[in-house]
Amino acid sequence: MLHTFVALVEDKTGLLARVASLFRRLNVNIISLTVGGTETVGVSRTTIVAEAAEDRAPRIMASLYKLEGVLDVDDVGRHSAVIRELAMLKIAADQNTRSDLFQLAEVFRARVVDLAPESLMLEITGSAGKIEGLIQILVQGNYRILEMARTGRMAMRRGHHASRVLEELGDTTPRIDLKTLSAASRHEAPDLLEDENHA
Amino acid sequence: MDKRKKIGDTHHNSPDTAIYTQPTPLTGAETVWATLVGEGVRDVFGYPGGAILPVYDALRKFPIRHILVRHEQGASHMADGYARASGRVGVAMATSGPGATNLVTGIATAMLDSIPMVCITGQVSSKVLGTDAFQEVDITGITLPITKHNFLVRRTEDIAPAIREAFRIAQSGRPGPVLVDITKDAQQNTAVFDFAAAAPQPYRPHPMLSADSASIREALELLRTAKRPVILAGQGILHSGAMEQIRTFAERTQIPVACTLLGLTAFPASHPLNLGMMGMHGESWVNHAIQQADLLIACGMRFDDRVTGSLSTYAPNAKKIHIEIDPAEINKNVRVDVGLIGDLKEILETLLPRLPGRDGAAWLHAISDMKGDASVHDIQQLPDNGHLYAAHVINDIWRVTNGNAIVVTDVGQHQMWEAQYYKHDSPRSLITSGGLGTMGFALPAAIGAKIACPEKEVWVIAGDGGFQMTSPELATIVQEQLKINIAIVNNGYLGMVRQWQETFYEKNYECTPLISPDFVKLADAHGIRGAHVNSRADVIPTVEAARQHAGAFLIDFHVEQEDSVYPMIAPGAALHEMIRRPKKHNPLVETATED
Repeated sequence: MLHTFVALVEDKTGLLARVASLFRRLNVNIISLTVGGTETVGVSRTTIVAEAAEDRAPRIMASLYKLEGVLDVDDVGRHSAVIRELAMLKIAADQNTRSDLFQLAEVFRARVVDLAPESLMLEITGSAGKIEGLIQILVQGNYRILEMARTGRMAMRRGHHASRVLEELGDTTPRIDLKTLSAASRHEAPDLLEDENHA
Repeated sequence: MDKRKKIGDTHHNSPDTAIYTQPTPLTGAETVWATLVGEGVRDVFGYPGGAILPVYDALRKFPIRHILVRHEQGASHMADGYARASGRVGVAMATSGPGATNLVTGIATAMLDSIPMVCITGQVSSKVLGTDAFQEVDITGITLPITKHNFLVRRTEDIAPAIREAFRIAQSGRPGPVLVDITKDAQQNTAVFDFAAAAPQPYRPHPMLSADSASIREALELLRTAKRPVILAGQGILHSGAMEQIRTFAERTQIPVACTLLGLTAFPASHPLNLGMMGMHGESWVNHAIQQADLLIACGMRFDDRVTGSLSTYAPNAKKIHIEIDPAEINKNVRVDVGLIGDLKEILETLLPRLPGRDGAAWLHAISDMKGDASVHDIQQLPDNGHLYAAHVINDIWRVTNGNAIVVTDVGQHQMWEAQYYKHDSPRSLITSGGLGTMGFALPAAIGAKIACPEKEVWVIAGDGGFQMTSPELATIVQEQLKINIAIVNNGYLGMVRQWQETFYEKNYECTPLISPDFVKLADAHGIRGAHVNSRADVIPTVEAARQHAGAFLIDFHVEQEDSVYPMIAPGAALHEMIRRPKKHNPLVETATED
């Protein structure tokens, strides 16, 4: 199954290599990995989507925690969360085909961000399923996708302060359920994201 | 003035304590030593070279004993042996490029066995980093997966904080090696040294570290109802210093103890509850007890494939309690019923006052029956048939040293015979490469152990193959004037590989027979006394002579060539499917009881 981990890490040279190296060492394939800033200076947020058996998640998390410079790890895939991805698509289009694409963009709530005589660029944000949906329509409609760039997923839990910074300010919600360690295979976490994520 | 150091000179300058009480400008090179001294380091194993020369130049100002090795792999194994013998952090030092890469095998050895070690390497100047400069290698990249953590330090002011943090990381939680790579310009420049301000962030325990009360209750309940429990004792007991606690635990509950290879010295061999070593070359009754158990209490061990055999058939009827400091080990190989994550000593102390009373007599009796005469308790009683067996050699060394020596083994058959026939009663008295199985480990690791524990008698037990991998360190023994006794179990083969070829490859002894130099002459060339032993009658007198001799002593034991280690579990076989000692052609025969 696909796991979505969020790791807060110190913004230091080489940390990304440590995180990536860990997945390689554990023989787990990374589907996507995004890194960016957070609400705290000096802390980066890494979202890793990885393919692994369900019961491997606790060990992957425990191993991530062992890396120096990893401050916090969350398996957001096990919780209600908003998961988004951004994609940019450059599509071959001339005067005759543009208007159809404008309509498609509207249906998918994508934006036209660049227009050239023989192409246009769409920007779309949403769940992976939504982006896959747009791509599918384009391919089936015999549009030529000249270029595509996808960010990979970013995730944030709904209504729950996930960062330890807030925890130290008084949020006492337990971050790690120890039971998931000793009873990983029995754990039946509702995966609310499945329907949203898979087209 | 002749600045040339005489060999044997040690630097015992009195420390300038003022630099620790008030911030002082120091060069980066001085900062390296000042920080090491501040961390309590007295001994460093290393080898100089271009990119670390500023640091070596500053050595004379600090009260550090530097042991010049003959190959940097020796330095990392020595630091490792030093740490295993003493429990303190071992320190190895090398230059950039090949100096750093030569440390790698020793670092991986320490990583696999969770040994606290700090390696300091020189690096090319920061302005040429990344240009493939002379002797430049990306050692932090190379060692990324085999260190607990590593640092590339480019600025003088970052040296002290990096080294102090390296010591904190190496020792905290599950220990391991840490590497600090320091550019040459960082060593040469000057910055204010402030030891106190360089203190690392306090150890942040793994957030999954928790033995919550519900899990403790579950564990106690399993203990209360267990009829056939076995304690699995690992090296974590030594790391945690929980030798007393595990003993009290076993005695109070009358639960027998099986040890891993690295856990052999965590529980006294002579203790009536000690079953012995488990796993691939464990005695039959130990593995049978584990397979028949209804509860396993795993303490500071990680269910390595060498101790479980086939996982699908491992202890099928046993509930499992796993007490372990590294959450990533829980449910890794063996699915457990209760995971108690934390410091072993603390968890055992939580459990001890609440332990249920139980009558263990029936189970202990059943195990005793399993032993039958399978145990060759006193191999000394076997008649001398004119052959010299490694088991006799090791057992005799045990007898002559009263079991009080620190034995440092290499890897292979002799290592398993050592585990079977040298009975260790005191903690940290067996030093051996378990996880990585590094041949060439013994001689340098023994040097480290002797430097750490000069008052202890230290014995190297190595095979003829592994010994030749690092034998140049004999010169280090001489230069450092160390009293180390060396026993080479010489069978003219890469013995363990030959044994596998015999068992699994139809005796196709491909590339395992090996010609060795005359080890006694080799020792003699170094100024080390030595002797050949070919018969059983000569073993004890020669071992005695070695002990009496003031300097290092090497004994070349010419043992039976095609002897094998039994019992043995074939890879992929179940733990109880042992290949037992053959009855023919082997005096160390057990009359096997029914399997």
